[in-house]
Amino acid sequence: MHPAKSVIFFTTISGAGFGLIALLALTAGMGHISWDKSWELAAVGLGLSISGLISSVFHLGNPQRAWRAVTQWQSSWLSREGVLAVMTCGLFGLWVLAGMAGYVLPNMLGYVVAGLCVLTVFATAMIYAQLRPVPRWHTWLTPASYLGFSLSSGMLLMVMLHPHYNGMAGGALGCLAIAWTVKVLWWMRAAKADVRSGGSDTATATGLAGYADVRLFEKPHMTKNYLMKEMVFAVGRKHMQKLRLIALVLGAAAPAAFLGFSLIAGGNVLVMVFAVAAHLAGLFVERWLFFAEAEHVVSLYYGR
Amino acid sequence: MTMLPLEPTKKLGLVIDLDICVGCHACAVNCKEWNTGGYGNSLSDQEPFGADPAGTWLNRIHSFEAVPFDDAGQPAPQDARIVHFPKSCLHCDDAPCVTVCPTGASYKRSEDGIVLVNEDACIGCGLCAWACAYGAREMDAEAGVMKKCTLCVDRIYNENLPEEDRQPACVRSCPANARHFGDLADPSSDVSNMVVKRGGVDLMPEQGNRPVNKYLPPRPKSGTHACGSGQSDQVSLLKMAETPQAAGFVGWLDKALSKLD
Ligand code: SF4
Ligand code: SF4
Ligand code: SF4
Repeated sequence: MHPAKSVIFFTTISGAGFGLIALLALTAGMGHISWDKSWELAAVGLGLSISGLISSVFHLGNPQRAWRAVTQWQSSWLSREGVLAVMTCGLFGLWVLAGMAGYVLPNMLGYVVAGLCVLTVFATAMIYAQLRPVPRWHTWLTPASYLGFSLSSGMLLMVMLHPHYNGMAGGALGCLAIAWTVKVLWWMRAAKADVRSGGSDTATATGLAGYADVRLFEKPHMTKNYLMKEMVFAVGRKHMQKLRLIALVLGAAAPAAFLGFSLIAGGNVLVMVFAVAAHLAGLFVERWLFFAEAEHVVSLYYGR
Repeated sequence: MTMLPLEPTKKLGLVIDLDICVGCHACAVNCKEWNTGGYGNSLSDQEPFGADPAGTWLNRIHSFEAVPFDDAGQPAPQDARIVHFPKSCLHCDDAPCVTVCPTGASYKRSEDGIVLVNEDACIGCGLCAWACAYGAREMDAEAGVMKKCTLCVDRIYNENLPEEDRQPACVRSCPANARHFGDLADPSSDVSNMVVKRGGVDLMPEQGNRPVNKYLPPRPKSGTHACGSGQSDQVSLLKMAETPQAAGFVGWLDKALSKLD
């Protein structure tokens, strides 16, 4: 599948934002922070989530009608994602504003916001995981990995934003380990989930199964079309192993090393900035591969 | 509304005969011609006269090389043939392109099962094209909205057209009569009969979309191979060339020429 920059940015950055919002909401829910003092933390979380959402709108052919996307939540994961994202940011924003204005709302809200964050990231992942024609995405490991990376990037941001939370560095290491373990499982499954793994092949695609051995003789047109550009993307698969290694080094090894360093130094904001930057860079590569590696059964009509 | 309707009582669709499609692309051209001036935005082209032309089509013809299996289930290369394969939206009963749509632009009509896009509500997110296993939807690069086969909804009910033209453009234009239009929910319709008689099939049934459109498989070309009964009523051209046993005028000619030796 075509790896669109806006969608890569959207899924990683808003994932990190919702991870951070969830952790902040839980911390505030447990009474460890109050918004009149720590509103900047909330602003970072909201800023990330909202900029990710805005970037996703650039991906649309008619962005001016984007508001319509919240109407079909009964059937569509993309619509649910929109509704949940607006609810989460809205509720969290109101809570923080109220706190800044001196109103103390029930701490319970923290758990509600955290739960909404989990649902939002889950809905984002389900946009891809629901698609049966893309066997590499069509697995529960897809939402698991999106949630894992949302947590790991949120955790690293949490450690970075407030030296006070340096005690959580160990927790962040654990989250990194969990997130990348899930991703490695996803990769292991992906090795077996090629375009034919769902039982589709050129013969079933043409209705000639059981009648003949079938292969493409001639494409409909000599030049590329929308389907080929969007769904028969093949450039990245060549360098898959190298890119996976880069993703692991940037996204897992580097932030772990920076975390350790910061831990020894007793909490260092600058080192943690590096940790977050490396992790997000690794996630960009991971997300680019998530799209580039995915094969769509429509490619069976184009000679795959 | 992107919830699917309850099972429509009428299911309009196409039956495409892979035995007689000659791959002339007339249906694709006529589809483009009709639909670029009809329902919704036009079907734009990019760089139509440039080095790398591209454009939106609702119907495309692929050609496949098919090596039919013999009675033992082995591919029989001597029976290899080209199967021309026209592909447009199959108006699936369980259309995933409809349920994924976040805006309600994609919908399936309850009255006749036709799957359509309301282009005024479409944001051009492209998710429906990803959800379709068959590649039946193409985003128009100019209008930024999703285009797909409308089953020529603006022809089939159009009382301004003469009766014989109230058919999809592709069906009307096919010179080989390889495309047929009708109600596949009505077991007595011509198209339903055709499907029963010829063993019409679904494309990629394993994807679970329950397509309405059906494809009729090629008829076996040789009696000794491929789904045949084993008895050939066909003539071997090779044998004929070696030992001509023709009757009538050709037989007389054969005898006359033989005498000349
Ligand atoms: S063929 Fe594709 S676009 Fe048409 S109804 Fe089926 S899934 Fe939707
Ligand atoms: S491209 Fe248009 S019709 Fe397709 S899912 Fe998006 S909004 Fe719906
Ligand atoms: S029914 Fe109409 S829109 Fe659909 S493929 Fe045929 S000509 Fe094109």
